[in-house]
Amino acid sequence: MKVLELKKIKKSFGRVNAISDVSFHVNEGEVLGFLGDNGAGKSTTIRVISGVHAPDEGEIFFGEKKMDDWNVNIAHNIGIETVYQDRALAGQQSVNANIFMGREIKNRFGFIDVKKQRAETTRLINEIGFTSKLIREYSPVQTLSGGERQGVAIARALYFKAKLVLLDEPTTALSLTECAKVFRLIEHIKSEGLSCIFITHNIYHAHKICDRFVVMDRGTVAFECTRDEVTATELIDRMQNLAHTGVTERIMRGKK
Amino acid sequence: MQKPLNIFIAENKTAFSSFGFAIVLFLIFIIGKPTVFLNSSIYMAVFVMMPAYIFLALALVFVVTSGEIDLSFPSVVGLTAWIFALAANNGVNLFVCFLLAMLVGIAAGALNGLLVTKLKLSALVTTLGMNFLYRGLINIGVQGHGIDLTGTDQTLFGRIFTGRIGDVFPAQMLWAVVFAAFCWVLFNRHSFGAQIKCIGDNKDSSREMGINVDNVKIMSFVFVGIACALAGVLVNLVSISFYPTTGDGFMLFVLAAVFVGGTPTWGGVGTITGAFIGAAVISFLETGIISLGLTGFYTQFFYGLIIILSLISHRFNKGKNRY
Repeated sequence: MKVLELKKIKKSFGRVNAISDVSFHVNEGEVLGFLGDNGAGKSTTIRVISGVHAPDEGEIFFGEKKMDDWNVNIAHNIGIETVYQDRALAGQQSVNANIFMGREIKNRFGFIDVKKQRAETTRLINEIGFTSKLIREYSPVQTLSGGERQGVAIARALYFKAKLVLLDEPTTALSLTECAKVFRLIEHIKSEGLSCIFITHNIYHAHKICDRFVVMDRGTVAFECTRDEVTATELIDRMQNLAHTGVTERIMRGKK
Repeated sequence: MQKPLNIFIAENKTAFSSFGFAIVLFLIFIIGKPTVFLNSSIYMAVFVMMPAYIFLALALVFVVTSGEIDLSFPSVVGLTAWIFALAANNGVNLFVCFLLAMLVGIAAGALNGLLVTKLKLSALVTTLGMNFLYRGLINIGVQGHGIDLTGTDQTLFGRIFTGRIGDVFPAQMLWAVVFAAFCWVLFNRHSFGAQIKCIGDNKDSSREMGINVDNVKIMSFVFVGIACALAGVLVNLVSISFYPTTGDGFMLFVLAAVFVGGTPTWGGVGTITGAFIGAAVISFLETGIISLGLTGFYTQFFYGLIIILSLISHRFNKGKNRY
């Protein structure tokens, strides 16, 4: 079953075509590796999926349903959660404030049920085990390590019963042990039957954890394959080929 | 299970240093001049105007925590006081006058908010400009004349807002405490406060998490406008007249109260309790210095000293350690 499908998505900023004609899908319970060089359009595509940018053209299907309007709140409500690379969290706020950022447990007058938020955060910390024992729900996020911070964002996704989690370079700039923590969290997401889009520059990371790959190049999908079809080295070769053809093309055009 | 005490400490960390600081200061006053500072009359005297500092400082905590600043509040205080005085002088019921002042405060705050969020102007410069603009408007309007408000303090509205409870305790102080409690709940237990903190901390991520950043910021400026109306009407009733300079003196003292209270300038964190204590420290300082036997020439020096010392104490209080 497809969780999300993009059909011929196009998005430009002014005269710059960030992505054009992007079509791919994510299956249920699958970790999809979303790869590509810098400027290939990965981030723009992710921001379209998470609702930060509305697409200029094209269609988004969630399950079987075609989405007519598209923004952050709609994406949240139907169960798409994004874990951004560095700007994911508010560092001076507590773990609990970060998990419930923008979606506090509140009554209709806007008063927050602080007790419940605290209890839920403590439960998540204990259940998912995304932080060391020293961390409490009231600890500021800036006291957490890089992997633990990704854990907070992933716990947020799990709490809000996301169907699809977008992980935007969650392992960039993390140490080996911290990466291992993040992989464990992704396994956890998978075991809960959720789908995941994993964006990374590290093909070895991607190959380790992903079931299938979509490779972007210059604003469009270059190729798709499953993990069984390629080894990590082959995948790197194919991606480098893409980059080379890109370079030669540009040189040729320049000569003309 | 988590200890409630730990949570309390974590939540009120910044307020602690300002509280400790205030205690030391009052101890110095009490030891230095026990006859004055162990007598309630000095407190009752300071409680007359202290509420104005409380209204303004506490509302400013929201704006400062959201990562912005509002420097237009002294003139908005003047503007709302002027509108109140004008209407009152024309025989309008004082409750209606109060409502008018509120509306003007809300409008001024909303305008600040719109300029800062929609036109993306710098809050510092915009509100500084607005401060001159509104004061200029008042000056053009009144041409240097004040408005006499004799008798307003004896009306029902006057007695409710600035009367003396049991003939001693200024009613405005009670209102200030109610206002402070309201602010505390709004800041710590309401989604408005939670979103203000997230926005001041990380605007982009707040936006991506679906918080309407512009709206929340505009609301925080509007809240300052409301506080200005409260302070403006208070000053009118206390001095039983309107002066064109009303509010001018608040600028630096109220900002000092906010920062002495422990709300840092960089946004994301703030403390209502701290600002309340800061307002008390700032309000008592002049009286304290003079009762200690120093002349008025010393006051500015001590204001400066207190501000710097309190900042240093907050600096040491703020660790990034895990607790």
